[in-house]
Amino acid sequence: MGFNATLIGEMIAFAIMITLTVKFVWPPLVSAIEERQRKIAEGLEAADRARTELAAANTRADDEMKRARAEAASIIERATQQAAQIVDKARTDALLEAAKQKAVAQADIENMAHRARAELRGQVATLAVAGAAKILGREVNAETHKALLEELVAGI
Amino acid sequence: MSAEAGGESFTAYIQHHLTYWNAPLTHAGGMASLHVDTLVMSVLLGGLVLFWFWWFARRATSGVPGKGQALVELALEFVDGQVKDAWHGSRTFLGPLALTIFFWVLFMNLMDVLPVDLIPAAAEAGGATHFRPVPTADVNMTFGLSLTVLLLTIFFGLKAKGFRYFRDVVSAPFTANNIFMQVLLAPFNILMFVIEMITQPVSLALRLFGNIFAGDLLFMLVAGLMAHWLSLWYPLGVLGYAVWSIFELLIILIQAFIFMYLSITYIAMAQEHH
Repeated sequence: MGFNATLIGEMIAFAIMITLTVKFVWPPLVSAIEERQRKIAEGLEAADRARTELAAANTRADDEMKRARAEAASIIERATQQAAQIVDKARTDALLEAAKQKAVAQADIENMAHRARAELRGQVATLAVAGAAKILGREVNAETHKALLEELVAGI
Repeated sequence: MSAEAGGESFTAYIQHHLTYWNAPLTHAGGMASLHVDTLVMSVLLGGLVLFWFWWFARRATSGVPGKGQALVELALEFVDGQVKDAWHGSRTFLGPLALTIFFWVLFMNLMDVLPVDLIPAAAEAGGATHFRPVPTADVNMTFGLSLTVLLLTIFFGLKAKGFRYFRDVVSAPFTANNIFMQVLLAPFNILMFVIEMITQPVSLALRLFGNIFAGDLLFMLVAGLMAHWLSLWYPLGVLGYAVWSIFELLIILIQAFIFMYLSITYIAMAQEHH
């Protein structure tokens, strides 16, 4: 078969090759690959995390928007109610005031009419006495006919 | 060196190509001699493989790899994946071992598809009368590899099992429950172990040697057909050379892979507990 010392030489060469590969070739390459795998895994995880965070932020923003919108709507509602109340109150106030004014005016008028009537009544008595005196040609004693005159005045 | 016309010179051509550059270490020669061509080619190619991997390992980055690093990593992960299939333990030694075997054997096999006369002619110009450029077509090379693998098999078996390694030699694969049968089966178990220790390196080495040597020989025969420009054999030789080159590429790759895979399997098997 042709075996000779070459066999031993090749065994030594092989042993040296293995040693060098184990020491200087395999570790740096494997560590580089593993490091990269770790980096990629971390990157993917970070991307995943960012995606879920973004989704959470979106829902939060949506919630916030909804709440703000609801609040705005309630504020407008309240404002509308308040405005209506103010208008109502102003109207009732105005009506009350008007009624009061009217009552005061009416009372005044009535007072004045009363006074005028009273005055007129007083004067009617005098006029009636004067008229009667003229008609009878003599003086009517007011004192004597006082009861008659008062009856006359009350009849007006 | 090209063949002359006629059967005799054709035979001489083949024989010339099958002769090693033999350097006797003593006056007697024989076993105490070296195949300079095998040693030189294997060490050169081993150095090339090592340098190639070391070059990219030295500047390996965990960031975006360059094309060279990507190729080296691809090769490494392919080998690592094969080792992972065969062995489920630590790959800090078996990984680099598989890488060394696969690429060293592949590179040595690849010398086979270079034109058969290219390297010998260059060597002849340099003063060597005989030069065989394919180290794996030399039994010294293939047995050198397979015997080293055998030593590693035993070493890792002992390392993994300690004293149990010897117990397994005596008590497996034939097992029994009572002591009498165990003693009776022990010689057969030892015989099985010895057979295994012989067949593993021999089959490993001869498979690679046989395939590459046969391929090499066929290249020489086909090249012999192209001895004359005006010969009718010439076109057949060209066609044969082209077809065989393509086929041999496949064989080269498969043999390198098989050698690596079986080596890893043997070492993994020795570490498994019965």
